[in-house]
Amino acid sequence: MAKKSIYLDNSATTRVADEVVAAILPYFTENYGNPSSLHEFGRNAKAAIDNARKTIAKTINARDEEIIFTSGGTESDNIAIFGAAKARGAGRIITTKIEHPAVKNTVKELENEGFDVVRLDVDKEGFVNLEQLESAITDTTILVSIIHANNEIGTIQDIEKIGNIVKSKNPNTYFHVDSVQSYTKIPIDVDAAKVDLLSMASHKIHGPKGVGALYVRDGTRLSTLQLGGPQEKNKRAGTENVPGIVGFAKAAEINMADFYKHTEKMTHLRDKLIANIEEKIPDVILNGPKGDKRNPNNVNFSFKYIEGESILLHLDLEGIAVSTGSACSSKNLKPSHVLAAIGLPVDVSHGSIRFTLSRYTTEEEINQVINILPGIIEKLRALSPLNKSN
Amino acid sequence: MIYSNKVLEHFKNPKNVGEIKDADGIGEVGNPICGDTMTLYIKVKDKRIKDIKFQTFGCAAAIASSSMLTELAKGKTIADAKKITRDAVADELGGLPPIKMHCSNLATDALKKAIDDYERKHK
Repeated sequence: MAKKSIYLDNSATTRVADEVVAAILPYFTENYGNPSSLHEFGRNAKAAIDNARKTIAKTINARDEEIIFTSGGTESDNIAIFGAAKARGAGRIITTKIEHPAVKNTVKELENEGFDVVRLDVDKEGFVNLEQLESAITDTTILVSIIHANNEIGTIQDIEKIGNIVKSKNPNTYFHVDSVQSYTKIPIDVDAAKVDLLSMASHKIHGPKGVGALYVRDGTRLSTLQLGGPQEKNKRAGTENVPGIVGFAKAAEINMADFYKHTEKMTHLRDKLIANIEEKIPDVILNGPKGDKRNPNNVNFSFKYIEGESILLHLDLEGIAVSTGSACSSKNLKPSHVLAAIGLPVDVSHGSIRFTLSRYTTEEEINQVINILPGIIEKLRALSPLNKSN
Repeated sequence: MIYSNKVLEHFKNPKNVGEIKDADGIGEVGNPICGDTMTLYIKVKDKRIKDIKFQTFGCAAAIASSSMLTELAKGKTIADAKKITRDAVADELGGLPPIKMHCSNLATDALKKAIDDYERKHK
């Protein structure tokens, strides 16, 4: 009999909610119009994306017209960063050493094109150095781009504090927040945090893949990347992904409706997993902070003396899906830049495993992981030349 | 990444794991590419590898390569053991993903070092 799988890789992607699937289906076969068309089919589709825009706007205290739909988090990051940089022409861009590749590589490309880039250090828990940020902001600074909740280690940056520092040093600097991992898990108020641009993705919150959104504060100048029709207020050409947008909004609605209930449940299970791993397994390091500065769904441990891909595969054989920051599992055989930025030695980051929970994760599943994991770690450590107790 | 069944078999149940306390030769190698490390121990009698054990800090490909190498080398004469190539290890495993070929290198390098160590001590 097949074991029941346990999915703990929800920062990679999530299961689509049943309600979301139900909400999407009519937009394939009944309301399949193009929102730009003038007839009833078109008007129905237009109404659907207008409603979705309203829903998304409400979740971050934005106005409807400040939300543009994209193909996902990566495109949102690209439009925000390239768009702002190209509109301004030249100047300084400030970011951090722990960004997602969608931001990291976009900023790198702009650096190659001649923009002046500053990458802020983080401390051993992954918090941005705010003094360094303050002194880095100059008259020529055009953009500050910060990841809200880190995708690997779950560290939540204080975006309200950062937004205030940015705007008090230089009110003309745009503030972009990558909220792909934090959206609907941590409250976001774009006015309180003085955010100009905010990236969101649907498939991290139980919506479909291939859709996301970018918040663009009214008055923010953005250069257009994709040329074509006038969709999304001329900021993103191309016929809108109507079923995807409807599904994304439905997912956001579900998560916001029971926000405290589902984030508290995740937090409880997260902390239970952390406490049990620390108690049952020696020589482990929790990467990222504890408590309310950690994304409710994220647990990331380094297991000393062993390698992450080996741990991942043993868990996979038991039906448990996780991810690793090990060099062995990366395409370029380099260890995670995030784990390097928090000061982990290469041999320790080699043994890092990320467990990411969702609203569907159950206590039984976490108990199962707690039962299985110590045996796997012990088995691999028995093979390791670094384990001096061998 | 797709591993062959043979790789997964050796990864799940590696052969010849551990340390030989009174080893005749020890080979320790670190992989500069990914950071994996391996220690190989050999016990030699009448110029034949009578016993061989390994310890590996690494991924499934590194562990499976270590295990397969020990199976290939066990019982061979020193002269024949020297002829084991990284391709032979990979082939016996039903192939390795291209990005993991360096893992089979780790195992053959460890064996070379262990044999060198043995020959130095037993001139």
